[in-house]
Amino acid sequence: MIKVVQYINQFFANVGGEEMAHIPAELREGIVGPGLAFQQAFNGEAEIVATIVCGDSYFNENLEKAKAEVLSMVKQQNPDLFIAGPAFNAGRYGVACGTIAAAVKEELGIPVLTGMYKENPGADMFKNKVYMVATKNSAAGMRDAVKKMAPLALKLAKGEKIGASAEEGYMPNGLRVNFFEKERGSKRAVDMLLKKLAGKEFETEFPMPDFDRVEPNPAVKDITKAKIALVTSGGIVPKGNPDHIESSSASKYGEYDIDGVMDLTEATYETAHGGYDPIYANADADRVLPVDILREFEKEGKIGSLHRYFYTTVGNGTAVKSSKAFAAEFSKKLKADGVDAVILTST
Amino acid sequence: MVKEVERAGIPVVHMCTVVPISLTVGANRIVPTIAIPHPLGNPALTLEEEKAIRRNLVGRALKALETEVTGQTVFEK
Repeated sequence: MIKVVQYINQFFANVGGEEMAHIPAELREGIVGPGLAFQQAFNGEAEIVATIVCGDSYFNENLEKAKAEVLSMVKQQNPDLFIAGPAFNAGRYGVACGTIAAAVKEELGIPVLTGMYKENPGADMFKNKVYMVATKNSAAGMRDAVKKMAPLALKLAKGEKIGASAEEGYMPNGLRVNFFEKERGSKRAVDMLLKKLAGKEFETEFPMPDFDRVEPNPAVKDITKAKIALVTSGGIVPKGNPDHIESSSASKYGEYDIDGVMDLTEATYETAHGGYDPIYANADADRVLPVDILREFEKEGKIGSLHRYFYTTVGNGTAVKSSKAFAAEFSKKLKADGVDAVILTST
Repeated sequence: MVKEVERAGIPVVHMCTVVPISLTVGANRIVPTIAIPHPLGNPALTLEEEKAIRRNLVGRALKALETEVTGQTVFEK
């Protein structure tokens, strides 16, 4: 029987939501949460002997320590296979899954598998290091994730040959394998061209690498004369969230006037973000958007001025495409308003 | 969002707790912060102590904006 250890977060272990995201790693015997579906899909070939549960904030805020703790738990169980997640589009969870899966593979030499949504920040960070199944963007995709992950997990544990990413359902990891196509190149190229001309979808055989890097702008020459604007993905909004920015998968951003606002208080500002414990930001939103300090600096002449508007959205499962569109739009306004530099805060 | 602000030609500093994510996304000037739910504060401290920490972090962000960089740079101090 193949012995499996699974890593999951506090949410999937039913310990709690964001208010419990700080809990350290703990080892539990047997199956917890999503393990049940995996166990069934293993169909008697493998058994989940232990589940490691860890809070997402704990893992990400104490990366090295948490990694060492979880590694020693896995080592002690000495499994044949390690599964982390699936994490869907939960960013901190995805980073935790990728980090720990890569560590188990490299340091313990145990086969590993994880799964998450392609836009999870953990995906770009770790898809070339470990087998990572592409899942849907929410836990509603659990069934689909298990269906793809369980067979691949068994293959990995048994040391069987792993097919191409498109066949097995893992994200392309940059490795190329030679094989013979059924059709010859000229025919495939013409087929592709015909599809393209007809406006149909086609799949390129040579995708261009996506190096989306932007060169840094020159430094601000004299910060004491500069107009500084604040931007955040931490969801800070005037109390009551007047524009109803969604707590996750935000479809919009807010632009708010802070002319004359010296300090963000509990009575006037809050967070709309649903992806972290909001009590600290609701009690004092300066902890996310430092208006109080920038006002101080403005008065002392350490900066020229604080721009009259701040821009905000909720970076919680929000599509990359949406965030890009928001920022492209408000950056034009910032530019037109003569803003010299931006401080962007994230939670 | 950091990249779009940068692309628009405005120098930008990203203040965040999980630095590896910021590096993956492609921020150029990065200032590491305290914790995910309170990047620029610490509710375990007094209000004045918290402000001192925030003052220090925002000061570091300004320093980052004043510093020429050629690639991704994390401003630890």
